[in-house]
Amino acid sequence: MAFLHTATGTSSGPKSGIKSKSWTPYLLLAPGLIWLITFFIFPIISLASTSTMVRPEGAQIGTYVQELRFANYIDAFQANQEQYIRSFIYAALATILALAIAYPLAYMIAFKSGKYRNILLVLVVAPFFTSFLLRTVAWTQILGDEGPIVSTLKLLPFVDESMRLTSTPFAVVSGLTYNFLPFMTLPLYASLERIDPRTLEASGDLYANAFTTFRKVTVPLSLPGVVAGTLLTFIPAAGDYINAAILGNPNTRMIGNVIESRFFAVVDYPTAAALSFTLMATILILVTLYIRRTNTDELV
Amino acid sequence: MANQKVSQDTGDLVLNRISKFYGDFKAVDDLSLTVPDGSFFALLGPSGCGKTTTLRMIAGLEEPSQGTIHIGETDITTQKPYRRNVNTVFQNYALFPHLTIFENVAFGLRRRGIKDVKAEVDKALALVELGHLAERKPGQLSGGQQQRIAVARAIVNRPEVLLLDEPLGALDLKLRRQMQIELKRIQMEVGITFIHVTHDQEEAMTMADTIAVMNQGKIEQMGSATDLYEAPRTAFVANFLGQCNLIKAKVQSRAGGKAVVTAKGHTFEIPLSRVSTENDSILLGVRPEKLRLDDKGINSIKDCVVTDRSFVGTSTQYLVRTPWDLELVVFEQNDEGLHDLRVGDKVSLEWDPEHTFGLDGAQDVNAGADLDDDE
Repeated sequence: MAFLHTATGTSSGPKSGIKSKSWTPYLLLAPGLIWLITFFIFPIISLASTSTMVRPEGAQIGTYVQELRFANYIDAFQANQEQYIRSFIYAALATILALAIAYPLAYMIAFKSGKYRNILLVLVVAPFFTSFLLRTVAWTQILGDEGPIVSTLKLLPFVDESMRLTSTPFAVVSGLTYNFLPFMTLPLYASLERIDPRTLEASGDLYANAFTTFRKVTVPLSLPGVVAGTLLTFIPAAGDYINAAILGNPNTRMIGNVIESRFFAVVDYPTAAALSFTLMATILILVTLYIRRTNTDELV
Repeated sequence: MANQKVSQDTGDLVLNRISKFYGDFKAVDDLSLTVPDGSFFALLGPSGCGKTTTLRMIAGLEEPSQGTIHIGETDITTQKPYRRNVNTVFQNYALFPHLTIFENVAFGLRRRGIKDVKAEVDKALALVELGHLAERKPGQLSGGQQQRIAVARAIVNRPEVLLLDEPLGALDLKLRRQMQIELKRIQMEVGITFIHVTHDQEEAMTMADTIAVMNQGKIEQMGSATDLYEAPRTAFVANFLGQCNLIKAKVQSRAGGKAVVTAKGHTFEIPLSRVSTENDSILLGVRPEKLRLDDKGINSIKDCVVTDRSFVGTSTQYLVRTPWDLELVVFEQNDEGLHDLRVGDKVSLEWDPEHTFGLDGAQDVNAGADLDDDE
């Protein structure tokens, strides 16, 4: 990629006069910048400062003073280690499941759907027409004890009468998978759709059977979509609390639930802020490693 | 290099009565064709004539609705593309963007488990003179370079037949000329059968030993460039390859090795061997450069008027109107004999009987004209 930039840079010849002292780029940037500063930079600074505050002895609940107590981070992490690790396991499971479901779907829409392509794409995003919360509540019905899945499963001889799906880790991971599936499908579709079908024909022409073609041509060329899709699924899933709250039980609580209850129920702002920052930092590190590992920046 | 092949026998490529239907549309209609082993063969025709479909059936990317395809003794009609010893240079090249040039060229070798990949790839890259680009990615190459890599990627497998689907279509004129010569050289060097699909008649004529002109799913005529140009057998071929003057005429007699025909009171002679129809209503054809601005010959038209004149360097092209208002094209070489006529000048036309040909008069005079530029 870097090479390509240099190549186009050199071939474009001497810079034209347009570049000199034009305010247009800054004007175009301004709305976004102002938005980000107001709603991202300020809150994050405020959050950072909250994370090291301490509640003075005897003070009212919700009153905190800045003491730059970085040990807040260690305390918060140690107290919530279990939920913290669980969040990443659930998010990883949901991401893998979503990838397994979305790849064939996106492949089918990109290569085999013909005139139904647009309808199928609309169906992929159709869940967004209902609220996230409602859809998750609907899953309690679907997975409920009297719901279609449990009653069907109970017909099988080896399934126990007392089996239930709601309030289980299975329900939470299913909910996460379902809720973030479109975020996996769309980038996958976009990168698969961009593949020139002739490169697939060329692979067949060059003695690769369908499976080898898939492995050697389709998958590597769709890698940017895989990376984008997994990130768009994993990051929000790791911080999600709605699925665990609605579909889980006290033993499936994720870090999002802890942060939520620290903020709104316990009114323990420093712990909530410290946990938020730890989550952010972990995700950032994981994402960086992941992108390094997959070398996506080198792809076309 | 050729010690490991998918199928061992070599031989002519034979298409036997193949057809391809898409619903009611006949893309290829009962086509039979034999391409001799080691020849440079061109399928020439306007877009939509079925040439690419024919090529894709040979490559195995489409299955014929009817008919069979053989290479030598082997029936490859329904063989999967990855089992055929046929490789394709795709239109727009279809290089693998995620692989280096080296890996692109090595792709087919690796799939077949060939041992000395490096030596084979180096040899193929040397053949197209791009060895120094082995570590680049396709996106970093120019169109002409990508085109040559596409050729190397196909040829490294030593296929029995190499298919080229409009391989030069995306290149500019100058590069195209260069690549025509290059491809011809490579074909001579490797001795593989090349089947080149193109809509560019000049390209086909420059490169191919044998050209099959296709129109509406059928082969109109097949032969060397000279045959097709000097003795076309249909109006389509006459018009599609170069320019042609066609005059509606009636046969008066066929005797003594020549046909005597009349058109609007003028009498012309055509050698019988150059009349490709039994019909008495014919189209008399003569190429623009065979017409002379003179009145001595057996075949001549007097009292014509110059209606247009354009100077194109090596020749001057005139549009000349006959007394019965038919416009004929005349090319005159820019040498000593130049007439240097002006629009409105009176002039006579004459040409030799042996430069004349007679086609079936039931055809559309304009079939195949102005088709070679569309894509």
